[in-house]
Amino acid sequence: MKTLILGIGNLLWADEGFGVRCVERMAQRYRFDESVELMDGGTQGIYLIHNVEEADNLIVFDAVDYGLAPGTIKVVEDDEVPKFMGAKKVSLHQTGFQEVLATVMLKGSYPQRLVLIGVQPEEIEDYGGSLRPVVKAQIDPCVEIALDYLKRWGIEPVEELEDKRDCIIGSEALALDRYEAEQPQDRDLWAKGDPRVLLDEDVRFEPKKVLQESDMSVCLHQQRVK
Amino acid sequence: MAVIKTPNNFELDNSGRRVVVDPVTRIEGHMRCEVNVDENNVIRNAVSSGTMWRGLEVILKGRDPRDAWAFVERICGVCTGCHALASVRAVEDALGIEIPYNAHLIREMMAKTLQVHDHVVHFYHLHALDWVNPVNALKADPVATSQLQQAVSPHHPLSSPGYFKDVQNRLKKFVESGQLGIFKNGYWDNPAYKLSPEADLMAVTHYLEALDLQKEFVKVHTIFGGKNPHPNYLVGGVPCAINMDGDMSAGAPLNMERLNFVLERIKEMQAFVKNVYIPDVIAIASFYKDWLYGGGLAGQAVMDYGAYPTKPGDKSTDQLPGGAIINGNWNEVHPVDPRDPEQVQEFVAHSWYTYEDETRGYHPWDGVTEPKYELGAGAKGDRTHIKELDESAKYSWIKSPRWRGHAVEVGPLARYILAYVQGVEYVQEQVHSSLARFNELAGTEFTTSVADLKKVLPSTIGRTLARALEAEYCADMMYDDWHRLIQNIKNGDTATANMEKWDPSTWPKEAKGVGTVAAPRGALGHWIKIKDGKIENYQAVVPTTWNGSPRDPMGNIGAYEASLLNTPMERPDEPVEILRTLHSFDPCLACSTHVMSEEGEEMAKVTVR
Repeated sequence: MKTLILGIGNLLWADEGFGVRCVERMAQRYRFDESVELMDGGTQGIYLIHNVEEADNLIVFDAVDYGLAPGTIKVVEDDEVPKFMGAKKVSLHQTGFQEVLATVMLKGSYPQRLVLIGVQPEEIEDYGGSLRPVVKAQIDPCVEIALDYLKRWGIEPVEELEDKRDCIIGSEALALDRYEAEQPQDRDLWAKGDPRVLLDEDVRFEPKKVLQESDMSVCLHQQRVK
Repeated sequence: MAVIKTPNNFELDNSGRRVVVDPVTRIEGHMRCEVNVDENNVIRNAVSSGTMWRGLEVILKGRDPRDAWAFVERICGVCTGCHALASVRAVEDALGIEIPYNAHLIREMMAKTLQVHDHVVHFYHLHALDWVNPVNALKADPVATSQLQQAVSPHHPLSSPGYFKDVQNRLKKFVESGQLGIFKNGYWDNPAYKLSPEADLMAVTHYLEALDLQKEFVKVHTIFGGKNPHPNYLVGGVPCAINMDGDMSAGAPLNMERLNFVLERIKEMQAFVKNVYIPDVIAIASFYKDWLYGGGLAGQAVMDYGAYPTKPGDKSTDQLPGGAIINGNWNEVHPVDPRDPEQVQEFVAHSWYTYEDETRGYHPWDGVTEPKYELGAGAKGDRTHIKELDESAKYSWIKSPRWRGHAVEVGPLARYILAYVQGVEYVQEQVHSSLARFNELAGTEFTTSVADLKKVLPSTIGRTLARALEAEYCADMMYDDWHRLIQNIKNGDTATANMEKWDPSTWPKEAKGVGTVAAPRGALGHWIKIKDGKIENYQAVVPTTWNGSPRDPMGNIGAYEASLLNTPMERPDEPVEILRTLHSFDPCLACSTHVMSEEGEEMAKVTVR
């Protein structure tokens, strides 16, 4: 039984980095046996096909535009996952990931269990920015949800006493703490001084209408936990 | 507008019906394309617009130059390694760092692996469906497919009728499940598709084989870069040590066992490209022998910085030599210098940016990125929902880079034309043998005269073929790199990094540098300015900016726009021909621009007015 825990998204685009930050946190805190692989999938899209193909269990962390209040966690399982990822696309890579699943299906090696742990982003149009507080606060709860699934599948990691220094993201310059600490100090000022598109109301990303939770047809995480 | 002639000799006529394709699908990033067709549905005007914006300088200003590679590796999901390599080269150039020979060879192998991997994935996964009809493959006779395969790729072992029957059954099940998935973005009853059902089935089968093999190819990055996706790079060399007698534990230095593993992967790449990829491209092309459209700018103006030197730092040893060809004169190749402020310049007269004087361009070291989003008076719709662009005004988030004021095409086809006319024997031999094979299959009689080559090479098919040939060349060059690496290690040199100037205290107060890479899509350059140990300015001019650029202040059109002109469309509301030609460039908008429109579409949306 192979389990792949995959974080996807672009960590340079504020809340878009959520999925990658979740696997980063898991890799710092927990040690797994060889049957479990944690992967920073970035925006690799179809290049992730073989990793997904080799997995029996797949957990995906991602920022998904569910049309909910920012920071809302929503978990989707199995057949719902591809439908859900195809419903709306906030980012480039989601087109890619739906294709990954379709291709894996064509090849006849679809994962037996599939879980998408998603959070509603607040801001993705902040190039070079980091997670917004409301989204960042959901890293630990989402890691807990993943651990909860793993436990049900009979997988229990060893908890590290201290955060491991080796960073799954590769370059430590991209690790969450350093990424935030070393952000150009005049980034905002500079951005405002130079009327950039990202801050221009005429062209900026307009967040979607927030739906009521009762509008949602798929179970919310809060309802899922028994 | 009546008919106008651009300074680079294209005729534009926007009086006919307007076809709008937005988004252009199966590409990385967001792109919009508008064309006008005449009464015979022939494209007479083309407008290419990047509908996203990006600002690399926003994320890099003030950071440590030694970290830049890790950030630029994230700007796009496709060409991660090219940006990382261009970045470390730019920093090394600025600081005067020379890397060890081993590091040079390892970087070469990583870059060429990426080239082979990217070209294979592009052809089978992003481009093949412009030529191949998977639904038609269901009608194929597996026995006849097996015969076709044996004729087309005699050295490929997977060719039995049972094998094709099995693939066909899987495909059938997949299509019948109602979830066409990857094949849903298609116009499967459009007469623009010309393959026989057997050729369609063979191509779909190879699509699945390519999927299995590409994962093996990228293991080279895991060995040399420590991990994949997102392999590690290092200013001063490569982040892996060499110890030929070392063990295989994780994080241990490179040893003979690992290097032998790399050699096996290189041989796999050679075999697949030679036995499957190139034969497929030529076989498919032979069904489209009457469709030699899409050349555009390629016949007259191409550019590359040059790549793959056998002696590090010596451009005269480039195995794909750079240069610029202008005005269609293949007898003269102009030298290209990315540091010369008069050569590479970016213009914004038709881009959503502003300069004080928009008749001039800026060299990347002096690059200015100040957005100015406004639609021309002739545009239809409003600022957030554009129905039709006005190309006489600003109309794209992509700038217009020019070489000495000339619009040029970049990419594998540009590199191949440059190599061919500069007498690279390997390339000439490839072109001649491909042409002979094409003649054989298609019954055509093209010679290797310049006049004939100018009919065949500058075309959509030629662009697709050049990519396949470049993959073969890269795999073969890599084989040589591998043997040179082993020889150099045997000679006692195990250095992989030069850390003399790692410490910022050894750096000058101010420095600037440039790094260039032959990225899969074309010439890539990163320009950096360093001040007080931090990044002061950082600009990347990426291949899609060159090819996808809007008009410049002089009125020259770019490569995408030029390539669509004079192409007849079977059905204007089904843009098969537009997608086919645009895909032949392997557009990658993710790094040339930044997301603006967030609503993805399942299928290219087409409006005809």
